[in-house]
Amino acid sequence: MPYLGGEETVRELRRALSNPNVQSDQLRYRNTILKVIRAMSQGVDMSGLFSEMVKACATVDVVQKKLVYVFLCSYAALNPELSLLVINTLRKDCQDPNPMVRSLALRNMTNLRLPSLVEYVEQPLAAGLRDRAACVRRVAVLGWAKLHNLQASSEIDAAVVNELYSLLRDPDPVVMVNCLRALEEILKDEGGVAINKPITHHLLNRLKECDIWGQCQVLRVLQRYRPQSEDELFDILSLLDASLVSPHPPIMAATLSLFLSLCSGQPAVSLAALERVRGPLLAACGSGSREMRFTALCHIQLLLRSIPGLMGAHYKRFFCGYAEPAYIKQRKMQVLVELVNDENVAMLLDELKGYCTDVNAETAQAAITAIGRIGRSYSDRCLEILTGLLGLKQDHITSAVVQTMRDLVWVCPQCSDTVCFALEGCEETLQDSQGRQALLWLLGVYGERVSSAPYTLEVFIDGVRSEASLGVKMELLTATMRLFLCRPAETQDMLGRLLHYCIEEETDMCVRDQALLYYRLLHCGIEETRKVLQGRRSDPSLGVLIGRPAEPVSQWARSFNTLEPLRQGSIETDGALNRLKQ
Amino acid sequence: MISQIFILSSKGDHLIYKDFRGESGGDAVGVFYEKVTALTGDQPPVVMSHKGLHFVHVRQGGLYWVATTTADSSPFTIIEFLNRLSALVKDYCGSLSEKSVQMNFALIYELLDEAVDYGYIQTTSSDVLKNFIQTEAVSSRPFSLFDLSNVGLFGAETQQSKVAPSSAATRPIQSSREQGGKSEIFVDVIERMSVVIGSNGMLMKADVEGEIRVKCYLPNCSEMRIGLNEEFSIGKSQLRGYGAAVRVDEVSFHQMVRLDEFDSHRILRLCPSQGEQMVMQYQLSDDLPSAPPFRLFPTIERDSGGRLLMYLKLRCDLPPKSAAINVAATIPVPKGSLSLSQELSSPDQSAELKPQSRAVVWKIPRFTGGMQLSALFKLEVPGLSSASLLEVGPVGLSFELPKLTATGLQIRFLRLSPVQPGPSQRWVRVP
Repeated sequence: MPYLGGEETVRELRRALSNPNVQSDQLRYRNTILKVIRAMSQGVDMSGLFSEMVKACATVDVVQKKLVYVFLCSYAALNPELSLLVINTLRKDCQDPNPMVRSLALRNMTNLRLPSLVEYVEQPLAAGLRDRAACVRRVAVLGWAKLHNLQASSEIDAAVVNELYSLLRDPDPVVMVNCLRALEEILKDEGGVAINKPITHHLLNRLKECDIWGQCQVLRVLQRYRPQSEDELFDILSLLDASLVSPHPPIMAATLSLFLSLCSGQPAVSLAALERVRGPLLAACGSGSREMRFTALCHIQLLLRSIPGLMGAHYKRFFCGYAEPAYIKQRKMQVLVELVNDENVAMLLDELKGYCTDVNAETAQAAITAIGRIGRSYSDRCLEILTGLLGLKQDHITSAVVQTMRDLVWVCPQCSDTVCFALEGCEETLQDSQGRQALLWLLGVYGERVSSAPYTLEVFIDGVRSEASLGVKMELLTATMRLFLCRPAETQDMLGRLLHYCIEEETDMCVRDQALLYYRLLHCGIEETRKVLQGRRSDPSLGVLIGRPAEPVSQWARSFNTLEPLRQGSIETDGALNRLKQ
Repeated sequence: MISQIFILSSKGDHLIYKDFRGESGGDAVGVFYEKVTALTGDQPPVVMSHKGLHFVHVRQGGLYWVATTTADSSPFTIIEFLNRLSALVKDYCGSLSEKSVQMNFALIYELLDEAVDYGYIQTTSSDVLKNFIQTEAVSSRPFSLFDLSNVGLFGAETQQSKVAPSSAATRPIQSSREQGGKSEIFVDVIERMSVVIGSNGMLMKADVEGEIRVKCYLPNCSEMRIGLNEEFSIGKSQLRGYGAAVRVDEVSFHQMVRLDEFDSHRILRLCPSQGEQMVMQYQLSDDLPSAPPFRLFPTIERDSGGRLLMYLKLRCDLPPKSAAINVAATIPVPKGSLSLSQELSSPDQSAELKPQSRAVVWKIPRFTGGMQLSALFKLEVPGLSSASLLEVGPVGLSFELPKLTATGLQIRFLRLSPVQPGPSQRWVRVP
């Protein structure tokens, strides 16, 4: 709808804006301009109306002025010459007795982002830094940062930088914080604002005057500071103690980030700080906003890497509610796995079992994977649940279970009997390539104990021509070879057919090369083949769940309070596991 | 530091777009919406990235509120800001929906202009902003406290006229230059309770999160005092006083609240600004003073015809005078369930099978305390096996309890000073 008749709309509005009757009636004029902005915000291209809008700029109606500026700032880059006409109005407004009008004019002059206007803008900006009204000074300070970024090549006058530094002592807290921001941008090549002792102490003393956003900015900038003595460090820490347990999550997170960077040489103090934020982080996990809960959850995962027992008593807080979004449920399950111990394992597994049948396939798979990880320490109970799930005969569940069993058997070889027994009949339900690969690997390695293994493999081999997945074909080759080594009579024929197909007819070079390799190996003799193919079946040293060593805080401190912990993908390092199994 | 902010409807229509830094080249809005639609499921992740553009978004009022930012920005700050922005828009426009955003786009552009400069957040305080915001809000329907429900039969005043309808608090706040309009202040105590009960009826976990919110339409209010229960105590302790003590585990207060009289008389003092603000937040886990309000006795079996029979008995343990409203039970059922036949005990209840969420939803509009309701559901499930019974459950129950709090927290009194010249109304609601 917005794009149909865009030209028509522009023509109509141009007629209306140029109509002197409209121009003399303030309300009508304003409403016409409103229509222009509405169309613009819906994505219609209104740049053709630029000259009419420039004329509309000279008005006493502040609402209309603001609307025109919204338009001009969006399209100024396309019309640099016409924008010059606006400058006169803007410069006049910078001298208006009303501070609101002055700050509006100054802000929009710098928002126009036109290099050709810079010479006209510098003088009002310099005057703005000394304006009586705080709102004008705030805008002027950031205006210098905008100017600097507009002309990357030229230098900002040193006098301006000095004045910005002196404005750090401005009575208005927002002006002070804006100075920090402007100096960070202008002095970016030199590493930002010079944070020395007097500035640090000044900022800390005025922290309480700032609102949430100002405090977060100050705390972030202070991360670069290095205290000169231990006494000074502890003074700073005790000053910030109240902020560490602030009920506002942004302040709490910014303070903890600062603590961790100041105390990077004192791990004991860092760990104590982590204990202090447990309460506020848990409170944030119960916030009304889902996204805030998710953020808190992801950051708790970071903390657990260094203090695994931090949330032990509160494990129930991480049970999933049925209406929660999938991304929260999946993270909660990851946390639950970290919190398992002898006392709560029964309850936790019961809870996770309930999530395995979740309507969202990814959540169900995450629950099954979580059970598998717990199985590294409590294999019997977990295997019971996993084999029960196979009875549902649902493809995504069976696939996840088979993959989990494969991973479990790798670290807990004692489970192999139960797993082999459970594998009978799985292949009918499996649809996706990941699941089938896992099944083939298991059949290859444990094929001697699974009575139906040759028949299952035969079904795959008969269907290899229509098999699309490269991974499945490779795994099929390896599995059939391994099974041949322990059950030669049953598999010789189908191995021959498979190798023949792969060498003669298969188009994918990886598969063909692998098949050729196996063929030549067989020619070298059975002992050689056995040596190459029957490598390790398991590695119990990998992935013990309980008793993992805690990581030092410095490993993750940099990514605390950034977007990093919230990214898609789990925190686990099972990539190592997969590489070893080849 | 925020690069751009935009608001999209759930269908991807552009409602608002503002670029603060002029740095990004491509069509950020298009990229974002493509990513949202490309993902399966209806809940895209909070943080998404595409070639150096990082999107952080929240969902409020059915709309996407999106900010693009750098990789090392604090997610807490951005999410708190987006939530605060949507609360400001709600305050100024009266309600939060696609329609109200579309009608008030000029006001929202003004808000964005004043709240954020060059991508840096300047202020989100409605007290400060009201001096700058000039545009009037446009409401979707004229506000009127004169609702039909207030007038009883034959024009007599009924008990209901003493209760403000819940829509009373959804009108826009007045800009500073307007005179007139009702002076009202609303204090709400809202609690969210989540309880997990095991299959043996044992309570596995119980959490209550509560907040006291103040919504102020008084043009200038200097001080307000809110009194809570005298026996309100904080923290876990082994000692219990006699009688019904009101206890919570943890409490946190807004920065502006003065607590000098809190220790002695449990009074909170603050100067509320226009609009909505959260005065106090508290939590209680695992130790609720009263039993959970509902108990469910389920029986599930297969009948001879291969159908799944679910017999559910739901009992409400509230005192007989109170009632729960909008009760909805969601029972997940095996995949492939085809049809449902039901026997419910009263005509105003309803149940339906929702194939997309694979659940049976049983709705009870009003559930009086002490009553017991039962329902029998028969499901056709082709290929039903004993393993399929695993897929039934867990049952989720959602409900609202007006005028009741799980912790027993109550507002004893509300005092405003100085006394307002015109008539002012005070409403205390416990939804």
